[in-house]
Amino acid sequence: MAEDKRPDPEKLLQQIQKSARGRLTVFLGPAAGVGKTYAMLLAAREAQGEGREVVLGWVETHGRPETEALLGGLEQFPPREVEYQGTRLREMDLLGLLARHPQLALVDELAHTNAPGSVHAKRYQDVEDLLAAGTDVFTTVNIQHLESLNDVVAQITGVVVRETVPDRVVGVADEVRLIDLSPDQLIQRLQEGKVYIPAQAQRALHSFFRPGNLNALRELALRHTAETVDAQLGDYMREHGIEGPWPVKERVLVCVGPSPFSADLVRMGRRMASRLRADLIAVSVETRVPLTPEARARLTANMHLAEQLGAETATLYGDHVAPTLADYARSRNVTQIVIGQPLHSRLRDLLRPSPVDSLIRLSTGISVHVIPSPARSKPHRPRPARPPWPLRAILEPLFSVALVSAFCYALSPYLTAVERNLIFLLPVLLSAVRLGRGPAILAAVGGTLALDFLFVPPLYHFSVSDVSYVFTLLMFLAVGLIISTLAARLREEAQAAKDREARTHALYRLGRSITATSSPEDTAQVVAAEVCELFHAETVALLPREDGQLRLSGAAACEGGEAETAAPAVTPEFFDENERATATWVYDHQEPAGAGSDTLAGASAYYVPLRTADHTWGVLGLHRPAPRAALTTDEQHMLEALAGLAGLALERMHLAAEARRAEVFSSAEQFRQTLLDSVSHDLRTPLAAVIGAATSYLEAAEVYDAAGVRGLLETIRDQATLMNDLIEKMLDMARVESGTLAPSLDWCDLQDLVGATLARADLADRAVRADLPPDLPLVRGDFVLLQRVLSNLLDNAVKYSPPGSPVEIFARVVGPEVEIAVQDRGPGIPPEERELVFDKFYRVKTSGDPGGTGLGLSICRGLVEAHGGRIWVEDAAGGGARVVFTLPLTAHQPGPAPETLAEESSP
Amino acid sequence: MTTEGPRILVIDDEAQIRRFLTSSLTAHGYRVQAEETGQAGLRETPVFHPDLILLDLSLPDRDGVEVLRELREWSSTPVIVLSVREREEDKIAALDAGADDYLTKPFSMGELLARLRVALRHSARTESEPVITSGALVIDLSRRQVTRAGREVSLTPTEWQIVRILASHAGRVVTHRQLLREVWGPQFEAETHYLRVFLSGLRRKLEDDPTRPRYFLTEPGVGYRFAEDA
Repeated sequence: MAEDKRPDPEKLLQQIQKSARGRLTVFLGPAAGVGKTYAMLLAAREAQGEGREVVLGWVETHGRPETEALLGGLEQFPPREVEYQGTRLREMDLLGLLARHPQLALVDELAHTNAPGSVHAKRYQDVEDLLAAGTDVFTTVNIQHLESLNDVVAQITGVVVRETVPDRVVGVADEVRLIDLSPDQLIQRLQEGKVYIPAQAQRALHSFFRPGNLNALRELALRHTAETVDAQLGDYMREHGIEGPWPVKERVLVCVGPSPFSADLVRMGRRMASRLRADLIAVSVETRVPLTPEARARLTANMHLAEQLGAETATLYGDHVAPTLADYARSRNVTQIVIGQPLHSRLRDLLRPSPVDSLIRLSTGISVHVIPSPARSKPHRPRPARPPWPLRAILEPLFSVALVSAFCYALSPYLTAVERNLIFLLPVLLSAVRLGRGPAILAAVGGTLALDFLFVPPLYHFSVSDVSYVFTLLMFLAVGLIISTLAARLREEAQAAKDREARTHALYRLGRSITATSSPEDTAQVVAAEVCELFHAETVALLPREDGQLRLSGAAACEGGEAETAAPAVTPEFFDENERATATWVYDHQEPAGAGSDTLAGASAYYVPLRTADHTWGVLGLHRPAPRAALTTDEQHMLEALAGLAGLALERMHLAAEARRAEVFSSAEQFRQTLLDSVSHDLRTPLAAVIGAATSYLEAAEVYDAAGVRGLLETIRDQATLMNDLIEKMLDMARVESGTLAPSLDWCDLQDLVGATLARADLADRAVRADLPPDLPLVRGDFVLLQRVLSNLLDNAVKYSPPGSPVEIFARVVGPEVEIAVQDRGPGIPPEERELVFDKFYRVKTSGDPGGTGLGLSICRGLVEAHGGRIWVEDAAGGGARVVFTLPLTAHQPGPAPETLAEESSP
Repeated sequence: MTTEGPRILVIDDEAQIRRFLTSSLTAHGYRVQAEETGQAGLRETPVFHPDLILLDLSLPDRDGVEVLRELREWSSTPVIVLSVREREEDKIAALDAGADDYLTKPFSMGELLARLRVALRHSARTESEPVITSGALVIDLSRRQVTRAGREVSLTPTEWQIVRILASHAGRVVTHRQLLREVWGPQFEAETHYLRVFLSGLRRKLEDDPTRPRYFLTEPGVGYRFAEDA
């Protein structure tokens, strides 16, 4: 019991969401003219009196003076004017209102259909946007506009109301106020002209306003309100943990087919679910029997209606309707099933149990409500589309019968009747397998006739004197029918399997190709191409830029089924500003919209968000020419699955990029730390010597003789030079690191380069041997930077080799590169350290500190790579380290310099 | 302080540098006046009549190259630029604007004194001497003759032009652009590879070890300098 009292977590969640959303108050009336708008305005004035900010988003006063009198003092939001087919229509300015963001907005006539070109098809969608933005809304609606009561109202009044509002919209209202008026009073108001009726609907509406109708509508309204109040009471009790008789959680499943009657079933299911406070699931079962395009369209419409009514929809696949449904119902803990009773002949029912009977038998523990279809509606069994017989289906059986006849006739002396009959079975079998039932019957009849005519005495006469030949004909027919049925079933099964396989394959293929992509743009392009091929539609994929604006990142158009991916730069023709706006709406609201949907239906493509649980990563747009513009429920689900997959891939990429950024950041952090350590050590050491030498002289100048002073000054000079050298290297390193290093390429003479470097290097009296072939080509490079590479290498060679040992420089052309090597006769670099030495601040461990900064080689690598070359360390022949770097040679050398005019030629 | 020593005007915004230059140069017999800003430097030049100006490029009031350009409009006093800017573009800009030499900070005093002597000697020379000697190399500008260790070396007309220009600016840097313009003409200012080829040839003809030139020195990224006898 204690458990029962615990509030339902889902409810709590809804509660939280409700508090962030605006509050919806619905003024519900049984019919027009009861004074809903009046009551709403009164309530609005009251709210304003309480200090709330009230804006009239849209109010229809229909010129009633007492209603208009209430408008005074309330802020009226100017309407938006829409030009549609030459007439100017006034509509509520949704975007303006969203921008205005009042505390409370009044929106009259919830069931209104917006003018084409508006953001949403229906005004209730506008209201939902307002609520989502946190604005409270007062609205009015008549009971007959409620979707689930639509058919009931039509039955009662005989008037079919076209403008409907999904029940969920009114269902989520925080408050429903019933505006009640007795039928007599209402009729009196009508006679006094206080009820607004459009001129063209005068007669229809007068017949509508009969006491009987009004009473029935009033009862509906009262009952609906009572149900809402009841539900709210239940919510209240749950929220506050009040003990009560909790009903078992109900779940209603309604079986939807292509028949128009299914729409009534869906509404019925909705009403049942509302009364039971249950969830509604609408399912359709796809069997092997293919649907005609019309039936497919009706099924889609029915499923769409179910979605409108707040049902969860699903498409099931199975050979037999009943077991598929029963399995699904059990797996989802369904408590009630609503199914229509198809009209079949008694005979058929005797021969084969109807799916309904099987379902009842299979669904133990589930209440099955079988609703007989009204007599007027014809049974809409899904019928296979029957293509007209091709000529081949007539000629082929006849031809094969003729062939067999000729064969048997020629061999008739050697054939017994049994053998002949067996041979004549062949055309029947072949036609059944290859062409189906009709041609098989044709072959059976043709064969029997041929047998009779050619072989049964009296010869060349049709006479069925022998009963056994009637039997032969019957056998032929039976074989033909059985085989053709089996073959047809096999074909259909194969087709169904192929369709399923195609779907699975599409998902698999997309999954696989997405894995291979490395950037979001790649993914967008791949998804666009795959979806294009699958749906035979022009597709676009849009990804958000850094500033949140969508950018066209992938596009594909289909030419004869083959996806032709266009470069993303090429914008497909259909994708104009309007389409972009639609895509942006989809991106912002994380919901599909566009052609074939209720939202922004004016767009020429259908857009789905590429989303994962908590984020939208992009938008996919699908554009198909008119007859197939709208997607079937199945296709929508397929597209959603693909979009989900793409969303996941984009999310993965985003996370990977994030991880990379973090890694870069941490390595930058590490570099900074090493730099700080190095700076504090490498700069302070010489500074200590400088300060020490300077202060020792200044504080006690008298104790130093000339040689002593010189010693101090030399220390200062040497240490300061060292510091300067370090600072220079750090600046170089910073330039290499920042990636801003752009070598200013020029033709360089390597001999000149070596010469200039040697002229400046501090070689400590080392013998440097430069072995450069005289015919070295000029290389493209930055002379100064290359000089720095060479001087760093020379510096290292001198530092890491014993005093007096020679240093050598080599250069040679190797293929398309020039290879330059500097080698010493020192201890060399151990193989395991040969890569490490290029790391920043890495120093080879040697006895005695040669005083390197640990930056030289990593600067060299940065500089060489900026020139498009490579650098590595190897063993020098004869011991020692040898650092080699390459520079690419350009394909053509510069033209020779012209000799100057000989005006100043040497004598 | 002797009154006969050459006059040096130092324009540098760093007090430490002004102090160190003033004391060192004074000790070497120069008469020194130091100014902090470019404006003050330009104002003092006609008053102090310096024989040479040491100019820093980073001045508080205006860029040193600009000061140099303005100065060159009315004065041919030799200018040596002293700067922490070590990029070749900066050096070239200063040299093209009329600087006689360029020294990157930090520098050793010995180096500065050597450059000072070269620049002062040039300005003192009223007409170009016809014969320039450097080590074993003798260049006779009037006879258009080059001898190396007493033997005449034959040069192509273009090689001669290059030798002539570098030798008549002996001790000072000649930028690539200046050389190219004078030898080949203004439209060839960007063809630095001409110089690479010709200098390489010249060194083979005139240097003892072309890999370690003694006379025709490369100023990396800037130009060439003919080393004269110190």
